[in-house]
Amino acid sequence: MNTFGDPTVWLPFVFAALMGLSILIYVILDGFDLGVGVLFPFANEAERDRMVSAIGPFWDANETWLVLAVGILLVAFPAAHGAILTALYLPVAIMLVGLILRGVAFEFRVKAPTPWKATWNRAFFVGSLMTSLSQGFMLGMYVMGLTWTLPHVGFALLTAVFLTVGYSFIGATWVIHKTEGDLQRKAVDWAKGGIWGLVLGIGAISAATPYVSDRIFGKWFTWPEALYLSPLPILSGVLVVSLWLMLRRMPFAEDRYSWAPFAAATGLWGLAFGGMAYSFYPYVVPERLTIYEAASAPESLFIILIGTCIVLPTILGYTILSYSIFRGKATELRYD
Amino acid sequence: MDALILSRIQFAANISFHILFPTITIALGWVLLFFRVRFNITKDERWLEAYRFWVKVFALSFAMGVVSGITMSFQFGTNWPGFMETVGNIAGPLLAYEVMTAFFLEAVFLGIMLFGASRVSARVHTTATFLVAFGTTMSAFWIIVLNSWMHTPQGFEMIDGVAHATDWWAIVFNPSMPYRFAHMMLASFLTVSFLIAGVSAFRWLIGGRTEGVRVALKTAVFGAAMLIPVQIFVGDMHGLNTLEYQPQKVAAMEGNWETDTNVPLLLFAIPNEELRENTFEIGIPNLASLILTHHADGEVPGLNDFVADDGTALHPRVAPVFWSFRVMVATGMLMLAVSWGASALMLRRNADRTGRRGVEGLPKPVLYGLVAMSFSGWLATLAGWYTTEIGRQPWLVQGVMTTKQAVADVPAGMVASTLIAYLVVYALLLAAYIAVIFYLARKAAKGEPIGPNVPQSTKAAVTVAAE
Repeated sequence: MNTFGDPTVWLPFVFAALMGLSILIYVILDGFDLGVGVLFPFANEAERDRMVSAIGPFWDANETWLVLAVGILLVAFPAAHGAILTALYLPVAIMLVGLILRGVAFEFRVKAPTPWKATWNRAFFVGSLMTSLSQGFMLGMYVMGLTWTLPHVGFALLTAVFLTVGYSFIGATWVIHKTEGDLQRKAVDWAKGGIWGLVLGIGAISAATPYVSDRIFGKWFTWPEALYLSPLPILSGVLVVSLWLMLRRMPFAEDRYSWAPFAAATGLWGLAFGGMAYSFYPYVVPERLTIYEAASAPESLFIILIGTCIVLPTILGYTILSYSIFRGKATELRYD
Repeated sequence: MDALILSRIQFAANISFHILFPTITIALGWVLLFFRVRFNITKDERWLEAYRFWVKVFALSFAMGVVSGITMSFQFGTNWPGFMETVGNIAGPLLAYEVMTAFFLEAVFLGIMLFGASRVSARVHTTATFLVAFGTTMSAFWIIVLNSWMHTPQGFEMIDGVAHATDWWAIVFNPSMPYRFAHMMLASFLTVSFLIAGVSAFRWLIGGRTEGVRVALKTAVFGAAMLIPVQIFVGDMHGLNTLEYQPQKVAAMEGNWETDTNVPLLLFAIPNEELRENTFEIGIPNLASLILTHHADGEVPGLNDFVADDGTALHPRVAPVFWSFRVMVATGMLMLAVSWGASALMLRRNADRTGRRGVEGLPKPVLYGLVAMSFSGWLATLAGWYTTEIGRQPWLVQGVMTTKQAVADVPAGMVASTLIAYLVVYALLLAAYIAVIFYLARKAAKGEPIGPNVPQSTKAAVTVAAE
């Protein structure tokens, strides 16, 4: 256990990295299926069925990454889990009700008697919207240090809108990849209409974070760190511009590069997330509690780590298996 | 009401709603595997028919279980931060293993099991079905391990008020775990047996007399008849284990205030916490002693042994434990009577002695009885969990920390508002769930297709399918 040095140093770091990875995978994967839910009002009935087919086999596993991320927070940083979740009591409750509504709406909208389908479609949309908004709100509150003051809540309301539009953007890029014809063209328009949410959201958080904390300001705007960090904003800018150019000309002949917008959106998400992780490290509760102070006992973390080393590659393996079985354009979901 | 009692009600509401669905999916996964394997071997369409109907109920139940389960993982933090701060070093790894070994397994392979049948080979599909069933069982295992450790904690030491693990083997295989796990697995299989029997009887009654309904009904009734005696035996062993490790809980279950020999089994009583006695009781002499110690003059612990020097009770409130236990036992007895009665009727020989009567041997009142019993497993399971969980109070982790020590410092008004929101959502979803199951049953009985997840009638779907 001491091979890599002091376990009270490297174990919390490893778990913070694992948690960060889970959150990143979650916002990308559940981001696209939440986004599809948010886009529901813009689609007609047949298109909605297609859109659900495009996410049906995946959403369940996608949501599990949220459970894993919260699970790591819970088991590796119990003190932080309590501090963060009690501070975010109401938005968490709203998110949970949203997740419940949309999760069951998947099943009910096709199993309930036909007159009820419209109701469950609405539940699917409202649930996705509640979840996205509350996640964006929590993101904003987290950036602002989890204190409930009027300006902070105002900022969090803004990030709530940006993240929701950002999710609908990545949802649209997924629909571009998984569908064809009219719906695909429509999804290109949705993506063009949603990209601003992502840009403004990343911009707002990038601008606000250094302003809230001198420590974070110092991490970004001192020489030579600023030089080493410059690829982050530059790459993001390049990705946004190329996404925009690509979307203007999509869909391409023979459906070439239909995966590219989703891939670019994933890259953008990753860069933004990397920047945030860099800003907040080593704090897990902003400016209050570091990952080292909040961590569980090393012997417990070590037990979890052994399991993680075996299980995480397996999870990745069968997630890839599932995505490859359901690769290609979404077809009608059938039980037989 | 203060934040403590509101948080307790909220957690009880969430976990009660949640457990309904795993109770169905744990066993239904294995039953589906059974149908699937029977079809693979016999190539008899009726097994596939049964599979196709019940896989839909499984999908619906699974979704309900997933979303209500996510709620739980957040509520540890929002309402009970003291729990993880004190015993997080023990509970953490157990919950982590649940998510890692079970949650992902079932979530990923569920997609293949539900929608992949036409995309993968029969063998891969059967394997996916197995992995989903296995995943739900693993999930139950880890949760039961943690829950049992909260009842019978061992394998740890307290350092500065925080629990640290010393022996993981002792933690996982803590004294009450094997009994609780067996009891819960059997509860799940019984719940599913009565659900399948009830819904199949419903389909039979309204005219959907297909071969698929016939095999499902038979499997369910015979399964229940075989499992219920096992469950009664395991439940008795679980009770003896509780007597050893949590005597105050058994005292509350029996409504017994003074430690004594030759204690009667109370069929009915009104426990009074103020007077610390039962104001009214009807009992069978010596039977509680006989059941708990297997001797008529055996000693049964009394609640008065569990009072602190300053007069605070170190035992649970008596009435809820006493009554939940009786509801569970009574439901179990009814299950025994109904499943054995129905089995006997089905096993009778035909008038011409050529074979057994089977489902035709069931008269209408028995079929109606089965329909009424569709969700009897839920009743027994909830009553059982209330017995054991309320019975652990005032402890959250027996002898280590009280429930009060764990509660969050959140304003009561905030807890009250979220509690109301959850209750409304849960009530609506439960109504929708039960209604949809019987709607699917009616549709199946009329022979209407319920196969595709997307209605075929919409024009676009047909066009796309044609492409």
